[in-house]
Amino acid sequence: MVKTNVKIGGLELKNPVLTASGTFGYGLEFADFVDLNKLGGFIVKGTTLNHREGNAYPRSAETPMGMLNAVGLQNKGVDYFAQNIYPQLKDLDTNVIVNVSGACIEDYVACAEKVAALDKIPAIELNISCPNVKQGGMAFGVMPASAAEVVSAVRKAYPKTLIVKLSPNVTDIAEIARAVEGAGADSVSLINTLLGMAIDSEKRRPILSTITGGMSGPAVKPIALRMVWQVAKAVKIPVVGIGGITNGADAVEFLLAGASAIEVGTANFMNPAVTGEIVDYIENYLVRHNMSSVDELIGALQV
Amino acid sequence: MKKVLVDLTVKEVLHVNANCVLLVMHSEEPLPMTLPGQFAELRVDNTPSVVLRRPISVHSFDAEKNEIGFLVQVVGDGTRWLASLKEGDKVNTLMPLGNGFTMPEKSGKRYLLVGGGVGSAPLYYLAQELKEIGCDFALLIGARSAKDLYRRDAYEALGRVEYTTEDGSLGERGYVTNHSMLAEKFDRIYTCGPKPMMLAVAKYARENGIECEVSLENKMACGLGACLCCVEDTKEGHRCVCTDGPVFSIDELKW
Repeated sequence: MVKTNVKIGGLELKNPVLTASGTFGYGLEFADFVDLNKLGGFIVKGTTLNHREGNAYPRSAETPMGMLNAVGLQNKGVDYFAQNIYPQLKDLDTNVIVNVSGACIEDYVACAEKVAALDKIPAIELNISCPNVKQGGMAFGVMPASAAEVVSAVRKAYPKTLIVKLSPNVTDIAEIARAVEGAGADSVSLINTLLGMAIDSEKRRPILSTITGGMSGPAVKPIALRMVWQVAKAVKIPVVGIGGITNGADAVEFLLAGASAIEVGTANFMNPAVTGEIVDYIENYLVRHNMSSVDELIGALQV
Repeated sequence: MKKVLVDLTVKEVLHVNANCVLLVMHSEEPLPMTLPGQFAELRVDNTPSVVLRRPISVHSFDAEKNEIGFLVQVVGDGTRWLASLKEGDKVNTLMPLGNGFTMPEKSGKRYLLVGGGVGSAPLYYLAQELKEIGCDFALLIGARSAKDLYRRDAYEALGRVEYTTEDGSLGERGYVTNHSMLAEKFDRIYTCGPKPMMLAVAKYARENGIECEVSLENKMACGLGACLCCVEDTKEGHRCVCTDGPVFSIDELKW
């Protein structure tokens, strides 16, 4: 029997497979295809203090081996989540993590406090990297000082595991990672989407209502791997790898690059059963390579 | 309703006009009940530029034979791949998705099904079911030209079908909303087709106090209500076409 469990701060995952916020709804949407309890956990949709309608349609564009989205954090607010969604999730035998976003530090803190009050939510992922909202989001995540400031404020208000999701739209992601580590983050997850753009040449118009949007999917994997590799070397806290993971081999690549866990995002749209398949693949990989624990894979890239 | 991921086998490929094929697919496993107006997401393989599944409405469904029909119009790389499938090929399919049309109780009411071009595809299955339960209905199909229509015999075998074409090559010249049959009394309209046509049909229905359901086809990704990409701006805010739709009553929309 191989050991697949990993630790992210105080958070114990039965395996390193998580889902990326915004690609897995509240988990329940995928319950016909994946045994949710089989996953290390899942990260629910970006949640804000107040209801948000998100951006106007069109919000997505398919691009070669990937897609752009500009959803803009549509959600019904943290109170709605606590009252209506949380009761449906709290008895699952997996880790339900809430992705928390905000337009200002006070909103991040207030939202995190409300999530902290939910017993069965063991962690939050702080989204300081959403490229699709005018205020907040990525604005916090692109400078070390502002990133540290929001993390530090949330750290004071949130006692459980605090994962901070980083933007790749920066000059040096390792510098941002070190700043949030210094501000008290238990872990960093990366990468959020890359700022991109798509144009309809016939109509001579942008495809997205917001003109620019966040790029994800298999096309971003090499960039994500490189950034995970750089950040894993730069910080002591565990790194959660995200970006274009479409199958089990991709997941193993991120573990080798230094990630302690991974998030599956756009691939959920390609194959709604993919997360369960990745859990199986990792287990089989360990057996095939005579490894007893997934720990032997983390950062084990031979260079 | 439980959704499934199933490998369907292509049983028949019918080239129904210059730009469309009808894929008749078969499943070894019993297919879940699928309703008129629902859709499926078909995985497109072996094309480097396509990562997302293609949402295709259900054109026909036979629960006894485990068969489902999809009408595919070639508009890009994904649909080109689907249209090039051959008998025996497999297609990984996520289904059934969406809500479907509101089916009437058997009554004295009259229904009008208004389709535009390939957008009329789901109305075929709807018409089959309306006929099955003995409803009084008629079809009105609009197209640019007679050559853009498809499977006319199959539609006409289900009941009365009227046409409008923009070039006058079949039926009345002009748009569906100008057709003389609209002078008759209908209690509900079901429509699917290009958005400008559906907007015109919705306007006509509202002005004449007729119930109207429209089937939307916003660009989507997951098909499961998770990604929130395909939203329509409704009176209740942004709602997912993939799960709250694709069929909406015009009373729900800001049209």
